[in-house]
Amino acid sequence: MAGKNWMPRWFYQLASPKWCYQITGKLLPGFAIATLLLIVVGLVWGLAFAPPDYQQGNSFRIIYLHVPTAYMAQSIYVTMAIAGAIGLIWKMKVADMVAKCCAPIGASLAILALATGAIWGKPTWGSWWVWDARLTSMLILLFLYFGIMALNSAIESESTAAQSTAVLALVGLVNIPIIQYSVYWWNTLHQPSTFKITEKPAMPPDMWIPLLILVIGFYCFFAVTLMMRLRNEILRRERRSSWVRELLMQQRG
Amino acid sequence: MNAQRKQRLTLVLLIVFGSSVAVALVAYALSQNINLFYSPSQISMGEAPADTRIRAGGIVVDGSVRRDPNSLKVEFDITDFAHATTVQYVGILPDLFREGQGIVAQGMLDQNGRLIASEVLAKHDENYMSPEVAAALAAAGEMPHMPPTAGKGY
Repeated sequence: MAGKNWMPRWFYQLASPKWCYQITGKLLPGFAIATLLLIVVGLVWGLAFAPPDYQQGNSFRIIYLHVPTAYMAQSIYVTMAIAGAIGLIWKMKVADMVAKCCAPIGASLAILALATGAIWGKPTWGSWWVWDARLTSMLILLFLYFGIMALNSAIESESTAAQSTAVLALVGLVNIPIIQYSVYWWNTLHQPSTFKITEKPAMPPDMWIPLLILVIGFYCFFAVTLMMRLRNEILRRERRSSWVRELLMQQRG
Repeated sequence: MNAQRKQRLTLVLLIVFGSSVAVALVAYALSQNINLFYSPSQISMGEAPADTRIRAGGIVVDGSVRRDPNSLKVEFDITDFAHATTVQYVGILPDLFREGQGIVAQGMLDQNGRLIASEVLAKHDENYMSPEVAAALAAAGEMPHMPPTAGKGY
């Protein structure tokens, strides 16, 4: 395989900050509209029109925030680790920036997932917090995000910071399957996953369709926030390059 | 991919694989400590320690809830469909507590193998449904309280 180029062309194009800045600028409006539509439709449907649960009544509706935020907290972590690995292997600056931009978004969604889970847990289980495997591994995920953000800002050199956070993110990657399968591997208070890849969800369609819409909406929301942060980061790091200067000149008129 | 990149890719894979193996070994060694609760089978086989606070989890046996008319004392059996354990509790039970529902109780085992609970938490499953559907299923005698796989988790 040595010398042979088997990576697609766009992969190398992404490595160019300028190209990346332009393509995200084109993609951003579409994703923003999709985010708005999906989240509004999903929330109104889920909170106002979906039927209540036969046991939990209306308190189960917090699932429409809890499940998407919990999914995103994990998906963003995987994105961050993959970007970090690409940065490590190909020394790609844009990948480093993506990894850096993912951490604060993921941390906020992890906080939201834990908070909505606690609010859900009090009326249904009878407790805000239980040290079961699912809850604890999710808390570890939040601390991983904090650790990655702290490590990244503690190191002066941006390439060294990116390398060390990528290694930490890769080590922490092992936590993701633990979160995912904790409810099957161990006895936990947390119920098993709502969505399974192999089975139909164990709830009626007018309950799970809004949930699915919200999950997709939150993925779009992540794409929007990531692209906005990434564009800022590109401009900040490339501020000395000629194309950024030109761009700023044009915007000032 | 040039040789240097390949080397770095190997390194990345080693980090991920190595940390996974390390964590898997730790998790395997600690597996009993990670379990939130003991099942009635484990308790009846003596795997749960006496004289210390433990949690027991299971499904409340239908018709086993006995309330003391003069106090908040309540006694019920929990089962994992192989063995059953009696739980005694004084206090207000969570809203979701009912017969056929999974619960997790924290407390100490007495000499008779009964759990004297200080806290009772309700466990619910991922089978959400509307009240109408639940009523229809109950009328047909097919209330999916206990999917075939559920006994495993309790």
